[in-house]
Amino acid sequence: MSIHDDVEALRRIPLFTKVEPSKLKLMAFASERASYQPGEILFNQGDLADAAYIILDGTADVMVNTPSGPLKVAEMGRDAFVGEIGILCDIPRTATIIAREPLTTLKITKELFFRMITDFPSIAIEVMRVLAQRLEHTTEQLRDAVADHD
Amino acid sequence: MDRNLFKYIWRNSWRDQLAILAIVAISQVFYFISLDLPKQIVNNAIQGAAFKGNPTAPFLRLTLGPYDWLGLPKVTLFDGFQLDRVDYLIALCCSFLFFVVLNGWLKQRVQTEKGRLGERMLRRLRYELFDRILRFPFSHFRKVKQAEIATMIKDEVEPLGGFIGDAFIQPAFLGGTALTALYFLFTQSIFLGGVTVAILAIQVVVIPRLRVKILLLGRERQITARQLAGRIAEVVDGAQEVHVHDTSNYERADIVNRLGHIFKIRFDLYQRKFFVKYLNNMLAQTTPFLFYLIGGYLALMGRFDIGSLVAAIGAYKDLPSPIKELIDWDQQRQDVQIKYDQVTEQFSPTGMMDRTRQDVGAEVSLPVAPIDLQHVGYIDESGARLLDDVTLTLASDRSVVAMGHGKEALGFTLARFVDPTTGSMRIGSYDVKELPEAALGRYLSYVGDEAYLFPQSIRENITYGLKHRPGTVSSSNEESNRRREWEIAEAMRAGNPVLDITADWIDYQAAGVTDTAGLSAAITDLLAVAEFDGDVYHFGLRGFIDPTERPELAQQFLLARQAIAERLRQPVYRALVEPFDPERYNKNLTLVENMLFGTPTSGTGFDYARLVESPFLTQLLDRQGLTNDLLRMGQQIAETMVELFADLPPGHPFFDQFSFIAADELPAYQQLVQRLDKGGLGEATLLDRRKLIGLTFPYIEARHRLNLIDTAMEERLLKARRAVFDTLPPELRTRIDFYDPERYNAAASVQDNLLFGRLVFGQAQAHTKIGKLISEVIDNLGLRAYVMQVGLDYHIGSGGKKLSTQQRQKVALLRALIKHPQVLVLNNAFALFDHATQHRLLDRLLAYRKGKATVLMTDTASLAWSCEDAVVFKDGRVLEAGAVAELDQPGSLLRDLAGPSRQQRAEQEIGDTTPVPATA
Repeated sequence: MSIHDDVEALRRIPLFTKVEPSKLKLMAFASERASYQPGEILFNQGDLADAAYIILDGTADVMVNTPSGPLKVAEMGRDAFVGEIGILCDIPRTATIIAREPLTTLKITKELFFRMITDFPSIAIEVMRVLAQRLEHTTEQLRDAVADHD
Repeated sequence: MDRNLFKYIWRNSWRDQLAILAIVAISQVFYFISLDLPKQIVNNAIQGAAFKGNPTAPFLRLTLGPYDWLGLPKVTLFDGFQLDRVDYLIALCCSFLFFVVLNGWLKQRVQTEKGRLGERMLRRLRYELFDRILRFPFSHFRKVKQAEIATMIKDEVEPLGGFIGDAFIQPAFLGGTALTALYFLFTQSIFLGGVTVAILAIQVVVIPRLRVKILLLGRERQITARQLAGRIAEVVDGAQEVHVHDTSNYERADIVNRLGHIFKIRFDLYQRKFFVKYLNNMLAQTTPFLFYLIGGYLALMGRFDIGSLVAAIGAYKDLPSPIKELIDWDQQRQDVQIKYDQVTEQFSPTGMMDRTRQDVGAEVSLPVAPIDLQHVGYIDESGARLLDDVTLTLASDRSVVAMGHGKEALGFTLARFVDPTTGSMRIGSYDVKELPEAALGRYLSYVGDEAYLFPQSIRENITYGLKHRPGTVSSSNEESNRRREWEIAEAMRAGNPVLDITADWIDYQAAGVTDTAGLSAAITDLLAVAEFDGDVYHFGLRGFIDPTERPELAQQFLLARQAIAERLRQPVYRALVEPFDPERYNKNLTLVENMLFGTPTSGTGFDYARLVESPFLTQLLDRQGLTNDLLRMGQQIAETMVELFADLPPGHPFFDQFSFIAADELPAYQQLVQRLDKGGLGEATLLDRRKLIGLTFPYIEARHRLNLIDTAMEERLLKARRAVFDTLPPELRTRIDFYDPERYNAAASVQDNLLFGRLVFGQAQAHTKIGKLISEVIDNLGLRAYVMQVGLDYHIGSGGKKLSTQQRQKVALLRALIKHPQVLVLNNAFALFDHATQHRLLDRLLAYRKGKATVLMTDTASLAWSCEDAVVFKDGRVLEAGAVAELDQPGSLLRDLAGPSRQQRAEQEIGDTTPVPATA
């Protein structure tokens, strides 16, 4: 497992597809690998967000606290980008992430992420584009849902 | 400070100046003699005038008188030596040489004394300026730029120092020399003297005027050149416009016109410059011409002797240069006076503190009494009324919360950063305005919203609050005493106070302890009040100790190492720590740590850079056949670093955090990489090879992940490790601390020593789990306090940058607490923390400070419920003041602002109606 694998993984994340390879390499070099055993927690719902994670290998469960106890809402696998909303919006974690299988991630700290955005506007523009697309997507879903409701 | 530089210089250095002027005066006499001697040599020795036909003549005959007006006859004091002509010539020439040498020596004395005087005055000036900074009114700090005043003291006054030595002596010396020479000329021939004076007058009057024009032209040349550059830049920026509108020839015309103008100025300048030079030279040369012509004519006519002519020409040769230097001196004087004016203006704000306020001998111990404010008003520079008729009594033993607009100004007033515009503030019978800082500085502490920390250790920052005056000097021997005496004498000459920085400045009594050990314990106890103990513990784990200085502690840590090793054998921990094993390559250690199985001992000056250069290592790598592999590895690292970091601006934090190469060295590596790319490793010079091998040293496979070290390579590096151990020469053996299971490694951190291994990179839980394990063992062995002692020595970096803002604020709080002030002002000091932390910190703090006054200015109004008294401001006026318990009424401003108290909330939640005192 070398830095080249990490760069490849970063490239597969939509947010970073269009970023120059040398920038991705810098990002990979400045990031740390973080491995988890099954059952170990990446972060808890309500924690302060300090990093985002790219899953390099393994799967993780996304859990949300409900009045009737924790509820699994999704499953994340290879190449998923987890926790980026928290560091971008500076809000507490909206869900708990638990490793289901032995999990290897690339941990991108909030500081690093913001450094990359300020230093390389191309990344910032890409982030904006992806977020806007997501918003558009959500709005569309909402529109459909409202239409269905009627 | 005097407005006039010369007055300032004279007032502060007249003694030294007079002493030097005396030497100057004496030197003029010798100078005169050295001018006169050539005449004697020519006339008396060579032409034989002294012999009057005798075979010998007296040498060194000393006579006095005759003084006819006193009626005294001529007295011969010494008859002199009788010498023949050759001996006489030799004797005269030797005396000439003697006086020349003596004169040179005196000149050198004058220069040295002048230099010393200048340096002393520079020291005085710098000190005075710094002293003024310490007495600036606080409002002035907002106006001045710190870099500006720092460079003023550092750079701008430096030419002043150079000039101060010259201020009086240069004109005296040069003028004296010129006058002596002139006087000598006049004694030889009034006519020649007159000619010289006339020509000098032209030089002195005309040349400076011509020079003025040259200076003006020089300035114009600068301006036009700058404008030309601006125009060229404009054309470049507007290149599209130029082409689209076909205006290239218009731009050509513009530049041609400018170039022509510049040419004219420059040519004018040259003409004038060379004309002045020519005039100067011509005048200087014309005089000898007149001397030769007129003097020669007079000599031929027998009205003038040849000796005098030679001496006159000699004297004249010395004249132009002092005159020129005098003109330069005058220019320098104007320049320096302007600089001095600027500096004194910057350093003379209105409202400077009186010197007596900071007098080191001032001793006023304030009585424990309430602070009484009567009709205090404060209007800031912008005219805003921040405090309006505030009449308030702050108890000396209660906690007070201040809220609303005006609380900050109250904080500034209490700490005396600003003096009230109206009204008075008293502590007991003392008017606070009149108190020396020594009294208030010990009675009261202040923490603002973002306190400044000094780039020292945590311990030094905390004890900073105790350094009021010098105490005892720790060690003294004869040499240090002599040195100190010299320092004191020299400081006094320069008007500096005699305060000894090497003394122990810490006021142990104020901290309630008697010695250093007690102080350390007091600080450790205090850490918990600011919830800073955990942080300091972690700094301690990252810190270093010297086992030779603290053998017992090292021994204790070794015991902890054993206990930890035992627990690390449990399977849960196995993947989290990679132990130091002499027989295995450790992926989480650097390459060089693996090869040495140790680290260069700190403090011996022996580091990795020196290691690369050592013949031992070069030979070892060659013998092990590793040289080429390491070179290739270094090449790969260099390539990667250049690729990754080339785009980043120098000074980017990534260089510090991640790069193997410093920002300023990157271009050199860029070239190296290109060179090697074309020509292969054969292109590398010896220096390049060292650089490349040096790059591989800090490489950690698990962290940097460049795939440089495979299993085969690990094996070979292990072989090298064994070779290092077997063949290391004794002189290097003391410079490397090996990882020895039985010994404490001074060059490794406390945590490395405890774990005797490294946390595995990439294991997300390693930090928490192992941290807990270490913590448990440390507590079991009762070592936590010692680790914290190590942590207190953690260096916090420039401006405390190595701490988070919250950590910095905590250190500032501790600094304020260590002197046990009767009054503690916290002016928005908690604003950086989240609400829960603010509540916790305040409760701990108030419990700790029970019976003393704590004044808290805050926007977190719910903190009011933890305090005993409250003051509510609005627009600078006090609207409510009193005990919190009494103000807690329906409709009170306090309750409006602060919402329900904890107790009320508790009542609502549990429905319990048992009354509890509000301030419990």
